[in-house]
Amino acid sequence: MPFKRYVEIGRIALVNYGKDYGKLVVIVDVIDQNRALVDAPDMVRGQMNFKRLTLTDIKIDIKRVPNKKTLIAAMEAADVKSKWENSSWGRKLIVQKKRASLNDFDRFKVMLAKIKKAGVVRQELAKLKKETA
Amino acid sequence: MAPQQRKPHVCRNPDLIRGVGKYSRSKMYHKRGLWAIKAKNGGAFPKHEKQTVAAAPTEKPPKFYPADDVKKPLVNKRKARPTKLRASITPGTVLIILAGRFKGKRVVFLKQLTSGLLLVTGPFKINGVPLRRVNQSYVIATSTKVDISGVNVEKFDDKYFGKKVEKKKKKGEGEFFEAEKAEKNTLPQDKKDDQKSVDAALIQSIEAVPDLKSYLGARFSLKAGMKPHELVF
Repeated sequence: MPFKRYVEIGRIALVNYGKDYGKLVVIVDVIDQNRALVDAPDMVRGQMNFKRLTLTDIKIDIKRVPNKKTLIAAMEAADVKSKWENSSWGRKLIVQKKRASLNDFDRFKVMLAKIKKAGVVRQELAKLKKETA
Repeated sequence: MAPQQRKPHVCRNPDLIRGVGKYSRSKMYHKRGLWAIKAKNGGAFPKHEKQTVAAAPTEKPPKFYPADDVKKPLVNKRKARPTKLRASITPGTVLIILAGRFKGKRVVFLKQLTSGLLLVTGPFKINGVPLRRVNQSYVIATSTKVDISGVNVEKFDDKYFGKKVEKKKKKGEGEFFEAEKAEKNTLPQDKKDDQKSVDAALIQSIEAVPDLKSYLGARFSLKAGMKPHELVF
C-alpha cells in the first residue's frame, strides 16, 4: 500500500512521452513540484515534467547534479544497464522492440516455430494423459 | 602528362549584389587584358574582315493561306521513361502481390521492363505464379532477398508478354471457328521451357535458405492485431 519508488536524486526513470521516449534517465535534481532535472549518458542534461517519467526500482548513488563523467562512472558502478535488462520490465520492453522489428519472413518463421512447439507440448500432454488414464 | 583537365573557369567579376559587380569598367579592362591584346596588335583592337554570308535561296510565296489562323501546338520535350523503381525493390526481392488472381502470393522480382512493369516469377513450381508482369503499385516489397545471380532474364521484354497477333484468314465459317478454339487454350511449349530454365537456378538458391521455400508457397494475409502501418516488411 505505501509508496515504494520515490523521486530522489539518483532515481532511474523511464521516459514515457516526447522526443526521448523509451530512454532510461537519472533524476539529478528536483526543480519544483512538477519538474525534475534529468540526465543520461547519451543526452544533454535538461528539465522534464514528472508526468513524462515513470519511476523504476533502480537507484544510483550520486550527489546533486554531478558532471557527466561522474554520472557515467556512477551508472557503471551500479551496473544499471544489466540490472534493467534482467528485470522483468526491461525484458518485456526488449521483447516488444524485437517483435516490432520483425520482418515478414521472420514472422513466418516464428509462426512455424510456434506450431512446432505446440505440437511437441500436445504430444507430451497426450502421453501424460494416457499414463494417468 | 595525362591530358590536362581544364579547371572550370571562375567568374572574373563576382557579384556584390545581383546586378552590381565587384570591379568597375576600367578595372575589368585591365583584368581581361584588353591592353595586352591591343599592344600585341600595335595599338588598335584586332579587326577581322566581315565574312560574306552566302545569299539564302529566295523562298517562293506559299500557294495556300489558311482562312483562320492555325494554332501551333505547344512544344513538349517530355521523354517517356519507365516508372521510377522504389529503392526497396532490387532484383531478387521477395514481393507480396496485392491484387489480381495471385493476391497474397509471395513472389520473386526479376527485373523492371521498359514499360515500367515488374517482371516477376513464383517460382512456378513453388507457388503457381508463372513469369508475369505486375505493376509496382500493387506490390509490397519485403526486405527478404533471394540470390538471383544464376538467372538470365535478358530475353524477356514487353513484347514477349503481348497478345499474339493472328494473321487474317479467309472467311470460311463453321470449320473455321472450331479450329481456332482448339489452338488458343494451350500455352506454347517454348514459354514452358523459359519458365523451367528461369526457375531452375532460382529454386536452387531458394532451397539454400531454410524455410524460404515454404514461405514463398504460403500466402500473406492480415491477421487479428496486425497493423499494416506498424508492420515492418
